[in-house]
Amino acid sequence: MSGGAWLIAVAAVPLAAAVAALLAGRRGAAAAGLLGSLLGTVAVLGLAAAVLDGGVQEVLMGGWAAPLGIALRADGLATAMLLMTAIVGSGIALYAWRYFGAAHATGAHESPAPPHDVRAGRPETTTDRPDWLFWPVWLLAWGALNALYLSGDLFNLYVTLELLGLAAVALVALAGAGAAAAALRYLLLALLGSMLYILGVELLYAAYQTLDLQQLRARVQPSLSAGLAAALMTTGLLVKTAVFPLHFWLPPAHGAAPAPVSAALSALVVKAGFYLLARLWLDLFGALPWQAGPVLLGVLGCGAVLWGGVQALRQQRLKPMIAYSTVAQLGYLLIALPLAGQGAGGAAAGALTAAVLLAASHAAAKASMFLCAGSLLAAYGHDRIAALAGFGARLPLTATAFALAALSLVGLPPTGGFVGKYLLVEAAVRAGAWGTVAVVLAGSLLSAMFLFHALSRAFVEGGEPPPGGAVPRAPTAPQLVSLALALLAVGLALVGGPLAALLATGVAP
Amino acid sequence: MSLALLYGLAGIVLVAMGLYAALVARHVLRRLLGLNVLGAGVFMMLVALASRAVDSAGRPDPVPHAMVLTGIVVAVSATALALALLRRMHRHDGSAQLPEDRAP
Repeated sequence: MSGGAWLIAVAAVPLAAAVAALLAGRRGAAAAGLLGSLLGTVAVLGLAAAVLDGGVQEVLMGGWAAPLGIALRADGLATAMLLMTAIVGSGIALYAWRYFGAAHATGAHESPAPPHDVRAGRPETTTDRPDWLFWPVWLLAWGALNALYLSGDLFNLYVTLELLGLAAVALVALAGAGAAAAALRYLLLALLGSMLYILGVELLYAAYQTLDLQQLRARVQPSLSAGLAAALMTTGLLVKTAVFPLHFWLPPAHGAAPAPVSAALSALVVKAGFYLLARLWLDLFGALPWQAGPVLLGVLGCGAVLWGGVQALRQQRLKPMIAYSTVAQLGYLLIALPLAGQGAGGAAAGALTAAVLLAASHAAAKASMFLCAGSLLAAYGHDRIAALAGFGARLPLTATAFALAALSLVGLPPTGGFVGKYLLVEAAVRAGAWGTVAVVLAGSLLSAMFLFHALSRAFVEGGEPPPGGAVPRAPTAPQLVSLALALLAVGLALVGGPLAALLATGVAP
Repeated sequence: MSLALLYGLAGIVLVAMGLYAALVARHVLRRLLGLNVLGAGVFMMLVALASRAVDSAGRPDPVPHAMVLTGIVVAVSATALALALLRRMHRHDGSAQLPEDRAP
């Protein structure tokens, strides 16, 4: 297959699989979902091979050229994000298969199903929760993510962003009626964000008569309307990405969902906003003398690292703590933007590699950690950190996965998170941004404090079993998946060099 | 004042009104209506934009029209999802306001 065919397959396979999973209904949804995950991953790998082989791949939908037509384009950055989504997403799909499958096997009719009713502590939602709907909605979200990474024009980005937002809201709502408020808050903010974004797109089109990113990049000039457009689009994306101080919707939405949903949202969906911000400020407005934009984003990122860390430290329950850690980790990605935008070529490329490596490591580690939290919930029936004593002995696989994921999130060697943070600090030192260095180190310290506090419960003596007499335990297969994802986060330490080469593909001179 | 300018100015007024309602209102339905008014304002500005860039044969620019059509489809589906969630929240919590807006 040629690069163009792979491009279309990458966008179309998950969407087709979503429809198939919906049509397959309760019994066949998981099979359709797993098959879709497999085929979609194959398509992404095919596209990545084509990009590595032949550079930037592009296809014009229906043969219509820009500005009228829709261009799909895969450069190095897009390919890296696609690979991250496909691999981590497949892991989440495997976990969900066993997780929801186990819930069905025990059934709602028989004894209380372990992972089913303990998940959010809302017993009234156990019988009516249609778990199989996870498959079509997740595949829709994946298709939207893929289409977003491949989009080459601003309006298509809006459509895919909206599609992703709707799918993500539906994923949050899967947790049952109790999560409706969190889903609704998320939806209202997402709508507001996309309206601001489209207003900015409109101003750019009025000024330059094109939506195509590359044409726009060549035409855009520093002007009032372009500046206003940049401000509106950035504000809209900040709301959607949950960047500090607009992050308040994220912890309740991510913390309330079932484990695979939390993992997908926290590891993958939030990265779309970061990708768009990077596209805007490194690609579209990158040639303009507006360094204030990325610098402001970097300052917000510093705020996110510190605030997210402090809030995570204050949480009593595991899932909200992991969700606040996502707020902090998104901060690192934003910190890299001003470093990647300015400075001489070497340092800038290093900062971009750092950002993408941190994004990928966070995706793998955060997915693993939320899946661990799901296994712990299944075993203990709650996720209060103080009462998780002795999970190291009872769930050794989960404890190992949690420890490895924590190492990567804190940024200790030898993990992907360490290499990403090292590159980030190196770029900051080269740029002379000592404040940034201090914030990165302080953020690592905060992460270490709250993650190792949670991990320390693994080694505490287990104490008396609960009154029911049951020893906490969870199915093994899902725990293996979370361990595999944690190992992936560790293994990402090795891909720094190839990743830098991939990201150099298609970078504008 | 040309018709396009009138449309554009009306669009700006709608955007301001919708933004105000979306940010200030507490009842979720009002917020949602505010967002829809905001969207209508954005679309009116797009329509005005299309008639501003008329080609030599007197045809308006088709691209903003396509954007408005797509935008309406997106707005309708998002509104439908929001209404469904609002009903669900109202049934579960007995309130049509988000938890942080409810009176203690």
